[in-house]
Order: sequence, then C-alpha cells, then structure tokens
Amino acid sequence: MDAVFLARIQFAANITFHILFPSISIALGWVLLFFRMKHLRAKDAQQKLDWLRAYRLWTKVFALTFALGVVSGVTMSFQFGTNWPGYMERVGNIAGPLLSYEVLTAFFLEAGFLGVMLFGHRRVGEMVHLGATFLVAFGTLMSAFWILALNSWMQTPAGYEIVDGQFHARSWLEIIFNPSFPYRLVHMALASALTCAFLLIGISAWQLLKGVATTSASRALRTGLVFAALAAPAQMVAGDFHGLNTLKHQPQKIAAMEGIWETTRGAPLLLFAIPDDAARTNRFELAVPKLASLILRHDTEGELKGLNEFPSAHPPVFAVFWCFRIMVGMGVLMLLVSWFGLWRHWRDGWDFAKMPRPVLWLFAGMTFAGWVATIAGWYVTEIGRQPFIVAGLIRTSDVASRVPSSSIALTLAIYVVVYLALLLAYVGVLKYMSETADKKLNAITTVSPSAGQQYQGRGEFA
Amino acid sequence: MTSMSFDELLPLIFIGLMGVSLLVYVVSDGYDLGVGMLMHRATPEERDTMVASIGPFWDANETWLVLGVGLLLVAFPKAHGLVLSELYLPTTLMLVGLILRGAAFDFRVKAKASRKAMWDRLFIAGSMLASVCQGWMLGRYISGFGEGWNFPIFAGAIALALPMAYALLGATWLVMKTSGPLQDKAIEWSKIAWPPMVLGLILISTATPWISETVRERWFTLPAIIAVASIPITTGIALLTVRLLLNSPAVRGALCWLPFALLVLVFLLSFLGLSYSIYPFVVIDRLTVWEAASSPDSLKVILIGVCVTLPVIVAYTGFSYRVFRGKTIELDYA
Repeated sequence: MDAVFLARIQFAANITFHILFPSISIALGWVLLFFRMKHLRAKDAQQKLDWLRAYRLWTKVFALTFALGVVSGVTMSFQFGTNWPGYMERVGNIAGPLLSYEVLTAFFLEAGFLGVMLFGHRRVGEMVHLGATFLVAFGTLMSAFWILALNSWMQTPAGYEIVDGQFHARSWLEIIFNPSFPYRLVHMALASALTCAFLLIGISAWQLLKGVATTSASRALRTGLVFAALAAPAQMVAGDFHGLNTLKHQPQKIAAMEGIWETTRGAPLLLFAIPDDAARTNRFELAVPKLASLILRHDTEGELKGLNEFPSAHPPVFAVFWCFRIMVGMGVLMLLVSWFGLWRHWRDGWDFAKMPRPVLWLFAGMTFAGWVATIAGWYVTEIGRQPFIVAGLIRTSDVASRVPSSSIALTLAIYVVVYLALLLAYVGVLKYMSETADKKLNAITTVSPSAGQQYQGRGEFA
Repeated sequence: MTSMSFDELLPLIFIGLMGVSLLVYVVSDGYDLGVGMLMHRATPEERDTMVASIGPFWDANETWLVLGVGLLLVAFPKAHGLVLSELYLPTTLMLVGLILRGAAFDFRVKAKASRKAMWDRLFIAGSMLASVCQGWMLGRYISGFGEGWNFPIFAGAIALALPMAYALLGATWLVMKTSGPLQDKAIEWSKIAWPPMVLGLILISTATPWISETVRERWFTLPAIIAVASIPITTGIALLTVRLLLNSPAVRGALCWLPFALLVLVFLLSFLGLSYSIYPFVVIDRLTVWEAASSPDSLKVILIGVCVTLPVIVAYTGFSYRVFRGKTIELDYA
C-alpha cells in the first residue's frame, strides 16, 4: 500500500485512540470539582458520604482515563515528526510555538498537580487539594485550547505570510483566534461534556441494573442527566454555528457532508445516500427537499456549492457524508434520551427505584454514545480537510515521511494491537470498578458511623 | 563568540533548554523506569510500595520527554526529521513500552485482583522495553548514526548499560523512599546494578572518542584536557562514594538520600560531558544547531513562554515533591 495512506491511517489510529480519553477528562475534571464541592457543602451525613463515594469512584475513572491520555499523547508528539516531517519543516514557525505553549502551560500543569489531586489528600489541606483539582481541570481545558488553536489554524489558516515556501507568523492573535477556532473550541468542550455526562449516566445505570448501586449512584446519574440535558441542545446550537462557519471558509467540506455534487439552489437534505466518488453522483438517495439550503443558508432557495466546483481539491465524500450523519444522529439520540430520562425521573418523584428497567438498559447502552459522536465528528472535520494538511495551502502527500511503507505497516500493526487491547481493558476495568464496592470506604463507615466526621477533621477522607 | 548576536544565540539557548529537558527526563523517568524493572525481583506487597513511591510523579516525569522532543521538533525541525527517521523503529518500540507501563500502572490496582500479576508483568516488560530502546537510541545518536560493524555493537552495549543505570537510580530511589526489608533489598539491588553501570559509563566514555574524530580532538588536546578532566574525575569520585555508602549503616538512616543524589550528579556530569563532545552539533558531524534551527522570530515567541512558565513548572514540581517527601506510604484516592 502507498506510504502516505499508511502514514495517514497510523496517525488517524493514534489520534482516534487518544481523543477518547481527553474527551472524557476535559469535562470529568470539572465534574470531580463539582462532586468535591457538594461533598464539602453537604450538611447531612448520608449526603456527604454519597458525594464522597461518587468522588472516589470517578477519581479512579479520571486517573485511568488521564493515564491513557498521557501515554497516547506522548506517542502523538513523536508521530508529528515520524509521520509528517515535512509539516514541521514548512509550518514549524507557526505550529511550533502553539505546540510548545500546550506543553508548557497545560501538559505540565495537569501532570504536576495530578499527583497531589489523586494521592495528596492526606498530606495537604482541604483548600490546597481543591486548588490542585481545579488546576488539573483547568490544565486539561488549556490543553484543548492550544491544540484546537493549531488544529483550527490548519483548517482556516490566518495571520501568516509565506517567504520562500516557509510559513512565518504575521499576527499571533490572528493565528490563535483564526476564523474556525472559537466554534471548534466550544463544539469540542460541549462534546466532552456530553461524552462525560453519558459515561456518568451509563455507568450509574449499570450499577442500578446490577443491584450494586448505593444512593451515591443515583446522585451521579442525576448529575449526568441534568448535565446532558443542558449540553445536548447547546451542542446543537453550537454545531449549527460551526457548520455555518465551515460553509463560509471550507465550502467543499460542507458539500461533502451534504453529498452535493453540482452547485444547487434549494438543495435537499439527504437522509440516506451512497455517494460514489468514481461516478461523481449519489445512489439510493432519500431526501427532504430544500432542507439543506434552509439549514445552511436559512433560506429555502439558498445556493450551496457542489463538489464539482473543486476539482481534485475536495475530500473523499463517502466517509465525510456518513460520519456526519452518525454524529448528528448520535447528537439527536443523546438529546432525546437525556430529556426523556429527566422528564421520567421528575415524574417518578426523583426516585430511580421507579425507573423502568428498559430505560436503565437504554442508559447503559448509551455509555459510550459520546465517543461515537466525537470520533465521527472529528472524522468529518479531519477527512473533510483532505487532500490538504493545511487547508488549501499544503497537500498532505507533500509532507509525508520517506520511511518505507513496510516499516509503517509494521508499526501500524503493533499500535493497532496495543490500542485495541488497551481499549478492551479500559472498558472491562470500568465495568469491574463500577460493580465492586469501595472496600476502604465501607470499612471506615461500618466501624463507626461517626468515622466520616473524624476523618474529616484530619483531612483524610474529606 | 563575543560578537554573537541574539539571533545567533537563540539556537544555543534552545539546544540548552532541550538538553536540560531531556536530562530531567532521563533522571526522573530514569528512576521510575528503574523501579519498574526492579519489580521483577520483589514480592507482591513490595511491588505495591514500589509503585506507590513513584505514583505521584510519573505523569509529570514523562512530560519532560514531551517537552524535550517537542523542543527538538519546534526549534530544530530539520534535526527532528533526521533523528526520528533514523530511529523510526526503536522510537516506536520505546513508545509501546511507555504505553504499556503507563497503562499497566493504573490498571494493576483497578482491574480484577486475579489480573494484577499480568499487569505487573506488562509494567515490568514495558519499563525494560522503554529503557533498552532509549539506550539503543542514545547509542545510535552519539555515534552520529554511523554505518559499519562497530556501530551496532556500540549501540547494543549502551542499550544494556542504560537500563542498568536506570536500575541503579531506581534502587537508590527506593533506598531513599522506603524502609525495612524492602530498603535492605534495594541496597542489595544497588550493589548488583553498580558494576555494570560503571562499566557501561567507562565504555561509552572511551568508545565515543574512538568512534568520532570530532570528539577525540575535543577531549584530547591541550589545554582543554586539563580543564575538562574534572568531569570524569568528579564522576568517578561520586560513583565510588555511592558504592562505599551502600556498605555503610548510615545509608539506612540519615544518609538514605545521598546515593540517589550522587547518582543524579553522575547523570548531570555525564550530560555535561556529552554536551561538550557534541557541541555545536545537533547531529554529530552532520548538522549544527544553527543549520537546524527554526526562524528567530518563532524561537523568541517560544522563549517568552519558556521564561514565564519554566520557573512556575519548577516551583510546582518542587511543591509536589515536598508534599510527597519522606518514606512512601500506601497510595489511596482520598
């Protein structure tokens, strides 16, 4: 197979694996801060214990998630050079500072305070520990800020000048706050919120189904439902804005997302189609007339550019078209499930014991819904940028490594095996952790009912 | 030298920053990789203590590698492409090792108890794989990716010596961070790892000038030799002191930190020696820092960030080590 394609698959495999973990931890850090605050503020002893239990379980999830994010992130920092050496040689003057700022302001912040946050509670005061938790959550968000600034710059380059084929920075403000960056940042932050919310919902529902839930699971489930019910509609609005922004700056990506070959007025929204790149047409179309124009132009007769306007410079259509539908479909599903779940929970008098088991099964089935939507969304935006690595300026094939394809194939195979094994282990361990009780916490609370209070005083389990 | 403009100085500042990052990485991840490798000699209970001793730090330790490689990538993109293309396979294997151990580190306590032994084995294997690959990469790098029968042997020898150095560093870390039977064991491990590490260091120091003419001229000409001879002499004294300390009862008490501190000094001196050998090249005899550097404008932007954040990073890393100072206790997500 061709080396560029293999290098792309390898890089895609790595970032796909990597994004699974930040998409949870960006939001989970803030959820942990929320649990901790609720625990500290709770007056009732049982409530206090519930929030503590939730905090402890989800801190473990965070630690595991964070560790996998770190190791796959380290790999990524190497693959920039091993897979795309030409990229740094040409745009290093712009990408370099953004990447260094990510490492300096975010990566170190997270990793530095993670130890204190995870293991330091017996050794530092309550406020210091809360501060460490905040800094880890903040660092994770900063990480996303810088890396999305660079990613967005590759989609909608701005603030640069080209001297002898080399990119130089003209305005850092324009580079960082390039046209698509604010939209992508909000879209990703909300994607993380939804991913994390459904993880909370799914795992807590699983605990209820398996009969291992404590009252703490109900609190986590409720938190997840409210979180998702707020984030899902917000994401739809943010997604719409992001789409309009893409239409303005990357019309060929929108054309691929909507499967529009010829420039059309009053373009239909395709619910189903099999785009055929070779024949340059769609098969088995199922369409709602004029809806695409209405959504994207806010006018039923609005004009949308077709792929044929961009000869040899538009992305592969099939993948972009379908990933977009998967993302939107999951988004709608998450909205419906969270709203229905919350409505049902309200009607049940806020008691999950009355929640029908099929609904709990639905919740559990949606545990990783956020992952599916996030990955599909990233595929839309990244495949949608092809055949360029920096939209409209540098082609991916021009910056690929000259490593022989057999070496790339070998290392790709190794990575895929390791990633799949770790992913299975991760899901398996989440399941196992959710089903096993927190032995240490139980021991403390059964020995003496007031133990929680005493430990509080010593800052041990508070 | 005196007429060097700031723009010409920038690549030097950056090679220094990169070197320091990689030095901090080698020392900090070195001790935790070493602890990982030593785990195959420990009982399950001891393993928990050993992991607990590195638990709060390893994430941050690996971040120095990201910074070091990141600086190579952003400040010396040409060297980055050259080095990582030459080291493509060992880099991949090292990363697999780091992935395995990072994942196993968290999985071992969270997965089913019956799987713990498996994750421990992966943790140990990952630590070894990463250390051996780093040794090989260092060997290839020092020899300027030379071709010929002697170069793979040289790299192979370092691939064995560096894990030994890590093991010694890890063992002395345990001497400092533990007490009782585990500390006794750690002292024994230190004694075992000491001879191969010293042998490896001597080997590298003598083979490097033999392999590279540039290095030979740099070290063995008067009057330079008088000035730089202090590096190997101090290193030798430090290593001997470590060995003597391991036999003394003081190492179980008030001086438990000294062998580790002296080894950090040895790593620092070796780093200085290596820098002296290679300067002003990024890749020896092939690419100088100035040829490989990015544009001064970008370097300035990065430098501002470094100047602001590095002191803060050092401060909170110090804070973290202070919080977890003293002997290791059981880790708990409290």
